[in-house]
Amino acid sequence: MRNKSKTTAFMGLFTALALILAYVEVLLPPLFASLPGIKMGLPNIILVFLLYRRSACSAIVVSLLRIALVTMLFGNVMALLYSLAGGILSLVVMILLRRWNVLSTVGVSVAGGVAHNVGQILMAMLLLETAELGFYLVVLTVAGTLAGVFVGLCGSALIRKIPANFLFLDK
Amino acid sequence: MMKQKNVNKRHLRNDILLIIVLLLVAATGAAYLFLFRGFGDVVKVTVDGELYGVYSLSQDRTEDISTGEDGRQLNRLVIREGKAFIQTATCPDGICAAHRAIFRNGESIVCLPHGVVVTVTTAQTQGEPDVVV
Repeated sequence: MRNKSKTTAFMGLFTALALILAYVEVLLPPLFASLPGIKMGLPNIILVFLLYRRSACSAIVVSLLRIALVTMLFGNVMALLYSLAGGILSLVVMILLRRWNVLSTVGVSVAGGVAHNVGQILMAMLLLETAELGFYLVVLTVAGTLAGVFVGLCGSALIRKIPANFLFLDK
Repeated sequence: MMKQKNVNKRHLRNDILLIIVLLLVAATGAAYLFLFRGFGDVVKVTVDGELYGVYSLSQDRTEDISTGEDGRQLNRLVIREGKAFIQTATCPDGICAAHRAIFRNGESIVCLPHGVVVTVTTAQTQGEPDVVV
């Protein structure tokens, strides 16, 4: 995109959307009372959409901005480290899979969801210096898969319904 | 058009394959954890990777795990009827306190904000009697 102010407005819009979804997710009751800490990953809908409709670069920018803003608003430094580990690993996996073109949006978002959880567990192993988090990995793999299917379906619905020229997305 | 349809079909097949593989990996992990590890007899508490204490599961007790620079971050570990759980905690998310009681070998409760990890293990693997509090 050559028009700088248009790019800025775009990034602002999509970052705001991702931020709102992250906030909605905090407000929603936990999905499984016995397994706290499991989230749907709603902001990932925005990232999947950007990945398919715009560019990998825009998804990276929005993801990092969202993590920074959520940390400033609700979190702390520890939460930032976990968010970054999950967010970066998830995005890298999704960008690569998108490029290889072997999966649909649902598959890409499933891989992204699981990668997000794996990234957070790896960070936890690193910070807490313990390798005994295997149980969480099992639970989070299943949770990441289910959340990924939901997010992927939402993302593909958005991609289908919103035309390529909406908000000059194609320019 | 025909070509696009084939691509979509291939994508769908790969999606399903990916999901099946992921669920199989999780199922294998779960089977390993639940079938082959049995029950533990002690819980090991570590704070930021350093050993805080080892407590027997066969004896009911309540232990306040204090962490942080001034020791004001608290996680109350309760052992009752052979199971361990965090009753209350001062951490912001309270995820550790909401976690169900643990008793199988290898199960753990983690409090990320305080860096506290409570893991069920066996006395044999812990060895040294001098660390058993």
